[in-house]
Amino acid sequence: MKYSNEQLERYSRHIILKNVGVKGQEKLLGAKVLIVGTGGLGAPAAMYLAAAGIGTIGLVDFDRVELSNLQRQIIHSTKDIGKPKAISGQETIHAINPDVTVITYQEWINSQNITDIIEDRNYDFIIDGTDNFPAKFLINDACVLTGKPFSHAGIIRFEGQTMTYVPGKGPCYRCVFKDPPPPEAVPSCKQAGVLGVMGGIIGTVQATEALKYVLGIGQLLNGYLLTFDALEMNFRKVKLSQNRNCRICGDNPTIRELIDYEQQVCELKQH
Amino acid sequence: MQIKVNGKDLVLEKELSVKELIDEQRIEAPEYVTVQLNEEFVDKNDFSSIIIKDGDSIEFLYFMGGGRI
Repeated sequence: MKYSNEQLERYSRHIILKNVGVKGQEKLLGAKVLIVGTGGLGAPAAMYLAAAGIGTIGLVDFDRVELSNLQRQIIHSTKDIGKPKAISGQETIHAINPDVTVITYQEWINSQNITDIIEDRNYDFIIDGTDNFPAKFLINDACVLTGKPFSHAGIIRFEGQTMTYVPGKGPCYRCVFKDPPPPEAVPSCKQAGVLGVMGGIIGTVQATEALKYVLGIGQLLNGYLLTFDALEMNFRKVKLSQNRNCRICGDNPTIRELIDYEQQVCELKQH
Repeated sequence: MQIKVNGKDLVLEKELSVKELIDEQRIEAPEYVTVQLNEEFVDKNDFSSIIIKDGDSIEFLYFMGGGRI
């Protein structure tokens, strides 16, 4: 491809990197990343991927921006309160980098639409920036069944964790966590609280994984769960084993269709 | 005997089962914790029968996502 002078300048700090260069930047500009949820995790991930020049970014979110989101969901601003998050995210991305094509999906993901969304633009990499377990298991299962790599993450209080799934190269989320916990057993961020920066730290790790996957460089977090404790300021990489009994990616998978798990009532609010 | 729990050294006076260690460590909501012993997943049904030995490394992995338990 031919770069404009403006693009050469915009991406100059990438182009100068030995592991990126002109060819790597072209890969980024040609890449398509789907971000499910534009909240605490998805917001910083989307902003950094947009700045990095990921050519197509899909944003999935049915929610609207609320005042209580702004403590951590930095893709949205005070003026965006009441606006659909996918649209607010799209506007911020365009302000950061007009090179990026943003596809918005103003939907809650479920077993009926997730595969269509993933296959809509044949996304290269998926980022799970959701805040609930039914969605996390749905994204995992859809990515395993469609053979797509994705980054899982979760944050709560002062803690976070993330892992990367690459088809055929290590465990999936369900290998580690067999089934979603019952809805009443889980405190939400709304109930438990979360330090605003947690999404920034873990969400940018997810964005880093997406960039490394597209560039084909370094070692991804497949086969590892990275845990982060902000109070101890401690990152740990826990090596994960493949679970041969995994119900979706094990030796004898029994899950062949996507499952809609029951959600916490407080997270089912519709606008 | 000495073991590692989530990367931290822990001295035990005697061998314990996975379940006993979960109780001793006061793991929150133990029914939802995932356990890896020496980098192998331990089935929940085996928590009482599997004994942790000197030098073992155990990881408690927690659900985390808009909520951790």
